[in-house]
Amino acid sequence: MPQQNPDKLVIGGREFTSRLMVGTGKYASMEQMVRAIEISGAEIITVAVRRVNISDRSKESLLDHIDLKKYTLLPNTAGCYTADDAIRTCRLAREAGLSDFVKLEVLGDEKTLFPDNEELLKAAAVLVKEGFTVLPYTSDDPIVCKKLEDIGCAAVMPLGAPIGSGLGIRNPYNIRIIMDTVKVPVIVDAGVGTASDAAIAMELGCDGILMNTGIAGARNPIAMAEAMNLAVRAGRLAYLAGRIPKKLYATASSPIEGIIA
Amino acid sequence: MSLEIIVNGESRTTTPLSVLDYLRSLEIDPARVAVELNMDILPKGEYASTMLKQGDQLEIVHFVGGG
Repeated sequence: MPQQNPDKLVIGGREFTSRLMVGTGKYASMEQMVRAIEISGAEIITVAVRRVNISDRSKESLLDHIDLKKYTLLPNTAGCYTADDAIRTCRLAREAGLSDFVKLEVLGDEKTLFPDNEELLKAAAVLVKEGFTVLPYTSDDPIVCKKLEDIGCAAVMPLGAPIGSGLGIRNPYNIRIIMDTVKVPVIVDAGVGTASDAAIAMELGCDGILMNTGIAGARNPIAMAEAMNLAVRAGRLAYLAGRIPKKLYATASSPIEGIIA
Repeated sequence: MSLEIIVNGESRTTTPLSVLDYLRSLEIDPARVAVELNMDILPKGEYASTMLKQGDQLEIVHFVGGG
């Protein structure tokens, strides 16, 4: 199995070998999270920004468990429903993490967690001006993705399906159109339920995948992290290798010449 | 002398301390958090020189697991 993948993912001028980004939420324990992230091979990991519990200081800190020399933190704005809240969260994240990378999400609705693209575009414009490297979670809408690129976002992250749904890539055609429309990396964010979903996204030619629940919610998150690692690499290799065209009828693999009968 | 301040949405009473000393009194590692003072980011370099005042609103946040 090829261990080294010569093609790198470049986001905001930084090079990454792994095309899988993973979240840090929903794990049964910090130990399980650390092990899953390690096996996933991810180099970029998402975190959320929340108030410190000042009354109960007994809870352990996430950063006690994460090697910041090894991983690039990608703080998110999960739970923000307005551009202003998302901008405020990004500013806090930069101060806490001392990095400009942010996963910008502005939600429109609690039930679907679909993005509010109007607020997203507003927030993205402000944050890009303030020097952030903005990776926006967005709908699988090529027009919105183009606008996000024009604003100066470092990547676009269309959803494959609703967050945590595990429905896979619901509209592969839109994802392909997005790839034809923008030059920045296209990262499928949300919706991946199992390894084949990840492979399909990568075979379409996506530059990377971001997932959390697909790994953390599996019966065995450590094993699923390894499956996702392999699937993302397999999908990428298959994309680079160039698949055969689909045909309705058979084409023999063995020579016709020399058949004994 | 004591001050009333709001920390993460809750009323708290404290003595006049710098933000740095206040974080330490809460057993919070200043390196691991971000602080907003009255809705503006307070840069880490200013924690020691910034004294809490009556009515100040502090937001103290950190990173938690998320996707």
